[in-house]
Amino acid sequence: MTAADIHRTIVSVWRIEQPRLITSLSRMLRDVPLAEDLTQETLLAALEHWPATGVPEKPGAWLMATAKRRALDHLRRGKMLARKHDMVASDMEQEQQAMPDLDSSLDDDIGDELLRLIFTACHPLLSREARAALALRMICGLTTEEIARAFLLPAATIGQRIVRAKRTLSESGLTYETPSGEQLSERLASVLEVVYLIFNEGYTAARGEHWLRPQLCHEALRMGRVLTSIAPHEPEAHGLLALMEFNASRIAARTDPAGEPVLLLEQNRALWDQLQIRRGMLALARAGELDGADGFYALQAAIIACHAQASTADETDWPRISGLYARLAAIIRSPVIELNRAVAVGMAEGPEAALAIVDNLAQEPALKNYHLLGSVRGDLLHKLGRFEEARAAFEAAAGLAGNQREQELLKRRAAEAAGGAPKPV
Amino acid sequence: MRFMYIVTPAHAVPPTPELMDAVHKLAEREIKAGRMLGSGALTPRTSGAQVRITAGELSVIDGPFVEAKEVIGGYAIFELKDKQEAVAKAVEFMQVHRDHMPGWEGTCEVRAFAGP
Repeated sequence: MTAADIHRTIVSVWRIEQPRLITSLSRMLRDVPLAEDLTQETLLAALEHWPATGVPEKPGAWLMATAKRRALDHLRRGKMLARKHDMVASDMEQEQQAMPDLDSSLDDDIGDELLRLIFTACHPLLSREARAALALRMICGLTTEEIARAFLLPAATIGQRIVRAKRTLSESGLTYETPSGEQLSERLASVLEVVYLIFNEGYTAARGEHWLRPQLCHEALRMGRVLTSIAPHEPEAHGLLALMEFNASRIAARTDPAGEPVLLLEQNRALWDQLQIRRGMLALARAGELDGADGFYALQAAIIACHAQASTADETDWPRISGLYARLAAIIRSPVIELNRAVAVGMAEGPEAALAIVDNLAQEPALKNYHLLGSVRGDLLHKLGRFEEARAAFEAAAGLAGNQREQELLKRRAAEAAGGAPKPV
Repeated sequence: MRFMYIVTPAHAVPPTPELMDAVHKLAEREIKAGRMLGSGALTPRTSGAQVRITAGELSVIDGPFVEAKEVIGGYAIFELKDKQEAVAKAVEFMQVHRDHMPGWEGTCEVRAFAGP
């Protein structure tokens, strides 16, 4: 093994073990940011020792023992001990007893701890961006550099974001606990929002030359799967997981070999990932069993399920989709949802009915710079044979699109409309 | 990235309850960690069938090849960051075998799914 191989192996092992390390230390220290610092230090210790000694036979146990030793050292260093001694004394005794048993890692049920950690990383006190960065760091074990690359931001920006977020958490003296009752659903909403933000950042890369950044999607999916297994009674957690599984099932079909985006109805459905679709259907069914069929995420998942179940674009159940959008619009008023409803109505009832909805949205300030409004409008006008208006709409939309690939697609549509060609599809 | 693990024991010896128990715990942990997407046990390789093309000739070789009903291998599908992480997982999985069933021999093949 070269030094680089060993380095990569260490980082991989650490990434696998990291959630358990950080939850164990959080339990000992009652301080998540500190636990995170010490977990990082443990990685550094491995990077320092393993190249010389070789990777230990049970790397996870080595990391855990080292991390706990550091936490104990930290507690022994004066001040901290005085303040937290009472709280942790009994826990520590158990921890120490457990330490020699290196096999105990398999018996550890970290579910509750992990849930607590997720609630802390996604605390509503933090900005959405800070929550996303912190969650990727603490739950997914991504390095600052990886997060920065994923969000196309300088590493220093992400580094600062994480430091500030951790300071906010430390200074607020938040109790490290799982919220309950009414607070739970409120706090859970904040967690789901972050997971979905991360997913979408990867799925429809808002900026940059690539249309999607799969790693973020995978991390978000993984968090979604973690949430449904540690909070199995929360319908919206299942709804969000279903939504993400369905969307991710189309990843291979969303771009052609040249990297150009392929729109949903034109995708090769043989490339849709049936394993993921099945997982999505299971999660959606679970949300329904928990009386969550009308949840924000579950409804969106149900809409995509209609696509996932249609073996050809022509078999899509548009009336059902437009009905689901109406239910979605009933629980949350959003011009973006209304725009999507217009697309479904267009397919179910024809472009005329849809254009009426879209034209109602023209004055919506939230959509002023939203390129998809022009894109949808252009499409409807094209279908109605109003080519010149369609061209103008597509061109305006191209000017607003932030993603280069989308811009090119919209310019192509504008050119087609200018030529008065009948609408493809 | 998604990976397929195919586990094939070398000998016709049934897994001990200790090993089964440890493997189940590991699987449960991996499901909760959101890394394991699916898994399943396979009936013995020797009772399966092989369809081959050799030198342009297509042949079907139907099992059972030898009587060895107890040997059960399995497969698992994981979603992981990269090959390094996949190999680290496989090493951990095989270490569980070494710890809980001394004498066990076999392979765990790690194959990445093609695609994004």
